[in-house]
Amino acid sequence: MSIAEEVNCLRRIPLFANIDTSKLKLLAFTSERLSFRSGDILFEQDEMGTCAYILLRGEAEVIVTGPGGPLTVATLGSNEIVGEIAILCDVPRTATVRASSDLEALCVPKDHFLQMIADFPQMGLEIMRSLAHRLEQTTTRLREVLAAQAI
Amino acid sequence: MESSIFRFILRHSVRQQIVLTLMTLASFPFLYASLDLPKRIVNEAIAGKKLPESFLGFHLDQVTYLFVLCGLFLTLVLVNGAFKYVINTYKGRLGERMLRRLRYELYVRVLRFPLPRFRKMSSGEIIPMITAEVEPLGGFIGDAIAIPVFQGGTLLVYIAFIFVQDPVLGAAAVSLYPFQGWLIPRLQRKVNQLGKQRVRAMRQIADRIGETVSGIQEVHTHNTASWHLADLSHRLGDVYRIRFEIYQRKFFVKFLNNFINQLTPFFFYSIGGYLVIHGQLSFGALVAVLAAYKDLAAPWKELLDWYQQKEDNRIKYEQVVEQFHVPDLLAERLLREEEDVPFKGSLSFRNVGFGEDGGSPILEGVTCDIPLDSHTALIGVGSGRDELAQLAARVLLPSSGQIRLGEHDYAELPESVTGRRAAYVGAAPYLFSASLYDNLVYGLRHRPLRENGESEEAAEHRKRRMTESVLSGNATDDVHADWIDYAAAGCDGPEDLKARILRVVTMVSLQDDVYGMGLNRTVDPERRPDVAARVMEARDAMRAMMLNNPDLGRLVERFDPDRYAANATLAENLLFGTPVGPIFQTDALASNPYMLHVLDKVGLTDTILETGHKVAETMVELFAGLPPGHEFFERFSFIGFAELPEYQAILARTAKEGLGALRPEERTRLMTLPFKLIGARHRLGLMTPDLEKKLLQARHLFASDLPADLKHAVAFFDPDAYNAAASIQDNILFGKMVYGQAQVQSKVGRIVAELVDQLHLRDTIVEVGLEHPVGVAGSRLSAAQRQKAALARALLKRPDLLVLSEATSGLDTSSQSKVHSAILGERKGCGLVWVLQRAGLARAFERVIVMKDGRIAEHGRFDELNRPGTLLHELVSAE
Repeated sequence: MSIAEEVNCLRRIPLFANIDTSKLKLLAFTSERLSFRSGDILFEQDEMGTCAYILLRGEAEVIVTGPGGPLTVATLGSNEIVGEIAILCDVPRTATVRASSDLEALCVPKDHFLQMIADFPQMGLEIMRSLAHRLEQTTTRLREVLAAQAI
Repeated sequence: MESSIFRFILRHSVRQQIVLTLMTLASFPFLYASLDLPKRIVNEAIAGKKLPESFLGFHLDQVTYLFVLCGLFLTLVLVNGAFKYVINTYKGRLGERMLRRLRYELYVRVLRFPLPRFRKMSSGEIIPMITAEVEPLGGFIGDAIAIPVFQGGTLLVYIAFIFVQDPVLGAAAVSLYPFQGWLIPRLQRKVNQLGKQRVRAMRQIADRIGETVSGIQEVHTHNTASWHLADLSHRLGDVYRIRFEIYQRKFFVKFLNNFINQLTPFFFYSIGGYLVIHGQLSFGALVAVLAAYKDLAAPWKELLDWYQQKEDNRIKYEQVVEQFHVPDLLAERLLREEEDVPFKGSLSFRNVGFGEDGGSPILEGVTCDIPLDSHTALIGVGSGRDELAQLAARVLLPSSGQIRLGEHDYAELPESVTGRRAAYVGAAPYLFSASLYDNLVYGLRHRPLRENGESEEAAEHRKRRMTESVLSGNATDDVHADWIDYAAAGCDGPEDLKARILRVVTMVSLQDDVYGMGLNRTVDPERRPDVAARVMEARDAMRAMMLNNPDLGRLVERFDPDRYAANATLAENLLFGTPVGPIFQTDALASNPYMLHVLDKVGLTDTILETGHKVAETMVELFAGLPPGHEFFERFSFIGFAELPEYQAILARTAKEGLGALRPEERTRLMTLPFKLIGARHRLGLMTPDLEKKLLQARHLFASDLPADLKHAVAFFDPDAYNAAASIQDNILFGKMVYGQAQVQSKVGRIVAELVDQLHLRDTIVEVGLEHPVGVAGSRLSAAQRQKAALARALLKRPDLLVLSEATSGLDTSSQSKVHSAILGERKGCGLVWVLQRAGLARAFERVIVMKDGRIAEHGRFDELNRPGTLLHELVSAE
């Protein structure tokens, strides 16, 4: 897969929807592309993060290990980004991500990612939108759990 | 050390100076004869007066007499020349020997300085004193006595000659000398003062430059370059003023002198002329006197020059020696004497204090016993812990009180005892600019122990060296001998020592670092055929492993002469080897005639040019929008920020006129770019199968056509041969790590490590790693590695007393605890004093000394002291 194809892939991610092609090309060129086999770990919960992953091909599971043991909370597919929280606010990884099929991903190092956000405010807005969306989902879920406990 | 240069000269070279003077005096009769002869040639032989009847019993006519005299003259010229030659050689040798002696003595003094002295005196001051400042003294010392004797004597001969010719003329010739002799020293005095100022000012400048170099980080951090520039400019201005004034004054002295000298001929012409006219003086005599006077000016000038030089050198010497006159210099016998006093019992501190003159005391009233067969922890608050540790290791000497080792005064023991039986490691140890191995065995190099077997001729050479050393009062120990004291390390020879070093290196958790250094080092297969052979075994094992497990192909792409390596650069693929020297470096390939010839022959030139054009287009598109100095340029771009406009111009031209219109240097610029392409990494879609096929043809052609004179410039990848230009790791892999595999480095590292362990190659690689040069002051090692190396150095010599002062502070917590327990284990039953950063660690020690502001607050066993109300308890609970 060449840079051109990677750019096409990036374009389909809402986060990068409004970014210039040349900037996406730069992002692709400066990011390392990694291949994982099914079952390989992208990163482990609680370790410090150094990069975010953009899935180009294949699937991955998000696994959270709680008091009750590991629990798969989501499955990610192509054109999704994962691991950006840890590099945005310097907290340890909140979950483990494991490839559930053979997987190709772009690994965007932390400093490049932050640099891109600083250079292109549009990306910042997109990230805010996606984080707000997730917060809204989490809040809804929390409300459901609390309601269930109340019963 | 002698306080005046003449005392120094007399003390060390009185015999030589006498020989010189005697030789000089012996040359005078010949000198006089050579002055007298011209007169006889003119008056007797040429003018034909007073022809002798016979000469040595032979009858002579006028012409023969002339030739005899001329022959005599020629002989005298030769004899005088020979005298000068011999005297000058002798002088030169004497001067060089004395300079050598002086430098050596100054260096000895540096070694004898008490340590606190180095807080006041910087290397920036010391170095120029020993090197540059004393340099002119060498030239002067040979002249110190010989010149005044020779030139003074010459002057006297000339003057005597003139007086013999005519006393009145003689008196006229010297009439102004007394005046000059009175005036010139007076003028010189001010020059001397200025000379002193100049030396001091230059020294401060040297010191400032030294400081700037050491503190360069701070200069850039705080934007203080202008301040430093202003400071230096100011100082240079001072030096300029002083130097110019010296110049003016010296010049004035010369001018005055010349003027006075020119006055004298005035007397000759007037008085001498008068006497000749009146027949009271022969014409020949006047000519000879004039000639002699012309010669008189030369020695007189030389004498004055000598005088100025003498003053100059006298001041230089005094200024240097003054700096090396330190009152509390270590006694010389402490460095020299060989003694052996075993460390037994305990080290008793009795009312010991330490402080620098003028400052408040750092240690006061310390009284304690440090047992030499058990472990003592030193903890506390405030000053004094490190100083106490250094006193215990005899790195520092107490300024009051006494430390006793049995019946010996610890301060009086020579370093042959304390420097071998005690060892100190501080938080910022120094490593010397040599290999790691040399640094580790540094503590075993006390005296030359075994001669190095050398050839007959070398022995002769060495003997001459030693004689010279003796004549200059230098050390006569052979630096090339084997200095390593194997017995001190508990070993019986080099092989045993290697094994012991490996153990010690493991003890301080340095083995992985050294292993890593070894993997990345190249080995000369001719010097170490054994290592190369073992590495080749590992390469074969690696190949076998990859054949058995095709999965490994995902991590490592092996070099195959008939396949294009997607994970190597285009340049590496073409050369199929490692460039040796500058000829085939990647950046030089596009302008290398042979490479261009190869590309032409396989019809690749245009393709490379087009590819370069595409790379340039992409780079300009990607990076043109970034600000200058953006880190991406360094890390990712094929084109630096500064070159971007040039490439943009090239691209603009090709867009209009096509690639054919490019100038040769523009073509080269574009063609340089594709050589850096790594297909698997750069993913620009430029590496087509067709291009790769042609590149393989070029690769084969490159190797087969390579002219003999370029063969040394590349080390080919040969599956069956060790590559001397590549590291051990690259030789084992014989390929490239694959891009785009997660954690490929650590995975491959593990595979290589497994392989290395299977083949029992690790020790060999660690041994190669020990050859790693540590850089200036160990700068090529990390702070933690430096600490570990210093610990290993101290442990290797198995001291009776090991003193550590926060010696593991740079290590991470896990290696710290590993190293701590390893050292405590190694030192079981031996003396150990350890200044600890954390009070809790003291639990593992037999005794604890708790310091507070330079005094001992508590002293005893940890359990006894660790109860509420004690300082120890407070410190432990604070953690």
